[in-house]
Amino acid sequence: MKNIKQQHMKTIFSILVFMALIGCERELSNDAEFATFSTTGEVFTDLPIGLGSDFYFPFLGSKATAFSVDEFVAYESGASMRFDVPNANDPEGNFAGAIFRIEGSGRNLTEFDALTFWARASQGVNIGEIGFGQDFGENKFQVTRTNVSLGTQWAKYVIPIPDPSKLTEERGMLWYSAGTNETGGFGYTFWLDEVKFEKLGTIAQAQPAILNGVDVEQDAFINIPITISGLTQTFSTASGNITVNTTPSYFDFQSTNVDVARANELGIVSVVDTGEATITASLANVAAAGSLALDVSGTFDFAPTPPTRNPDDVVSIFSDAYTNVAVDYYNGFFTDGFQTTEGGAPPIDVNGDMVINYTVLNFVGIGTFQDVAPVNLTEMTHIHVDIKVNESIDSGDFIRLQLLNSVGNNETSGDYTIDGAALTANQWVSLDIPLADFNGLGDRSQIGLLFFISDATIADIFVDNIYYYR
Amino acid sequence: MNNSYTYKKVKALQFPSLLFVMLLMVSSCETDDVQTVTTLTNLVMADEFDTEGAPNPSLWTYDLGRGPNGDGWGNQELQYYTDRTENVKVDNGLLLITAQEESFEGASYTSARLVTRGLFEQTYGRFEARIRLPYGKGLWPAFWLLGNDCAQNIWPQCGEIDIMEYLGDSPNVVFGTVHGPGYSAAEGETKEYALEDDRFDTGFHVFGIEWGPDYINYYVDGDLYNQITPDDVVGEWVFDHPFYIILNVAVGGSFPGSPNEETTFPQTMLVDYVRVYENNITD
Repeated sequence: MKNIKQQHMKTIFSILVFMALIGCERELSNDAEFATFSTTGEVFTDLPIGLGSDFYFPFLGSKATAFSVDEFVAYESGASMRFDVPNANDPEGNFAGAIFRIEGSGRNLTEFDALTFWARASQGVNIGEIGFGQDFGENKFQVTRTNVSLGTQWAKYVIPIPDPSKLTEERGMLWYSAGTNETGGFGYTFWLDEVKFEKLGTIAQAQPAILNGVDVEQDAFINIPITISGLTQTFSTASGNITVNTTPSYFDFQSTNVDVARANELGIVSVVDTGEATITASLANVAAAGSLALDVSGTFDFAPTPPTRNPDDVVSIFSDAYTNVAVDYYNGFFTDGFQTTEGGAPPIDVNGDMVINYTVLNFVGIGTFQDVAPVNLTEMTHIHVDIKVNESIDSGDFIRLQLLNSVGNNETSGDYTIDGAALTANQWVSLDIPLADFNGLGDRSQIGLLFFISDATIADIFVDNIYYYR
Repeated sequence: MNNSYTYKKVKALQFPSLLFVMLLMVSSCETDDVQTVTTLTNLVMADEFDTEGAPNPSLWTYDLGRGPNGDGWGNQELQYYTDRTENVKVDNGLLLITAQEESFEGASYTSARLVTRGLFEQTYGRFEARIRLPYGKGLWPAFWLLGNDCAQNIWPQCGEIDIMEYLGDSPNVVFGTVHGPGYSAAEGETKEYALEDDRFDTGFHVFGIEWGPDYINYYVDGDLYNQITPDDVVGEWVFDHPFYIILNVAVGGSFPGSPNEETTFPQTMLVDYVRVYENNITD
């Protein structure tokens, strides 16, 4: 006991000496004061901690009143964060979702390794998304854990920080989005408590990934940027692996040939010259699984811009020049027949310009009869389509267009065969075909399918600007 | 006393929280103000793993294959033990025991199990190793001792002292156990040691026991976390004869369960040293 007292005295004495020393230094100089940000870890204990007064920003379309502080339910002590997820038919919003953003400067979270909280729900449910780093600004270091399984008893949850050294000033302390897809449209309540950034020490063995860990090989074109997606960070924790979705800014991207392609901190690959380049990435010096191998042959050969027409004279199926009608699909993948065709699901996005690339083509259908209204072509006179055949064209090659009216109900059809001689290898060809030339079509007031049929004589085509006009 | 203890133990197995309370009660007597972790200092054997290549053959031999009955060493373990460098070697001052995922002799995994049987055996003393463990569901590394008379006195009669066992999907928990007649397999006298804010696969930790005529003390780094005495075990105390050392990394089996899609291979247990001190304290 005496020893303990003495030790206390020593400690107090040391602190006094230390304070005195600090006091001296302050008097000597005011120069070396760096801007420092709060290193507080707590986000909510019994109250929101250090968030200011204006910190809750609901998502557009969500129920703005979903969040409240519940003083009757809590994991520890007095209060918890309560989220009332509305019914899907709630006129004030059909889901709950918001960000919690610090009013003022952000926090320095570099000494933590995870956001943790205790949670429970009024029924067992998966919460769609919970995370941090979303600030309605750049959302530069946004982290999301998806499908967080909540039970009806309190349990602790961990959202690891992909690389804490990046979070030198973070304002997005917490965000969530919860709907009723799983609960038949009926609302429920969930609670979070003891929400805080922590240094758990049990988070390790990082396994970052880009492109969901897949080694992707693809063609690329000069001046057509590519966005790298599928960014995740996975950690082993005391209770198994946890994977979170991350933003590109956590990663460092590398290119095997920066003269061909290079990626910036937003994960956007700029393609600058012909050649080959492979983009890889690392996160906190750990190599990420997945890569993007690009083969750049030149600039992209876009389809010709269609002639300008009055939109009232056009029914567009697939074109950037007109507003397209709703379609069921651009590739029906008919499994009951012999379809081999790939592509079109979805169409390729070439820097905002959509184009369809059908490969292994034998036949493929564009549907407008299942969940969308059939197309009425009674007033239309022609079909326009741009086709580029990405291979040599032999004699006997063809592409047959077939239109089906009133699919499955007194169905009628007509077709028109484009002879191979009317197409050109590796070049766009614009075709304008009178609908009257579709033998046997008759009624065209409820067109539900447009087929491209080659019987494998032509296997690889680009298709663009499919529309009807008068 | 013994009867009531046995009763409590049965209850404890049914209620883990009770077991925890029991362990606290057992351990409370040795967590004094200042802990004396080790007392034995007379070093009689040390392998610092400083010579690259195969482990020292005058100290280490191997258990090979899938066990004497081909059943995964009685635990349905999935690995085939080899002495190839792919599974065991000394490199950079460390012994590396590596579990590989590969098709080998009908098994899906390979690994290694080093033993000092017939080469170094000792009764009592302090057995200690400094180890960094692998991780992932299905990984089951261990540093343990087995009685040298198992050929005559069939296990568990020959005795087993598990200095350190660990399951790769609980990377912050190790446990120490003794097995003997009446307290074998899942009935062994055991205790967990958990790191609250660290893991066993990200750095080296020291695992050891001090073993005397009527006690085995378990420690991790500077923490003495359990003492097992003849009063603690429900059967005969069978720890008064020579034991040999085993270092191994098992994969899968009835205890850890199989590796899953989260488990990455290869996985390596790194051993910095194994040291043994004799028990020179006379009773």
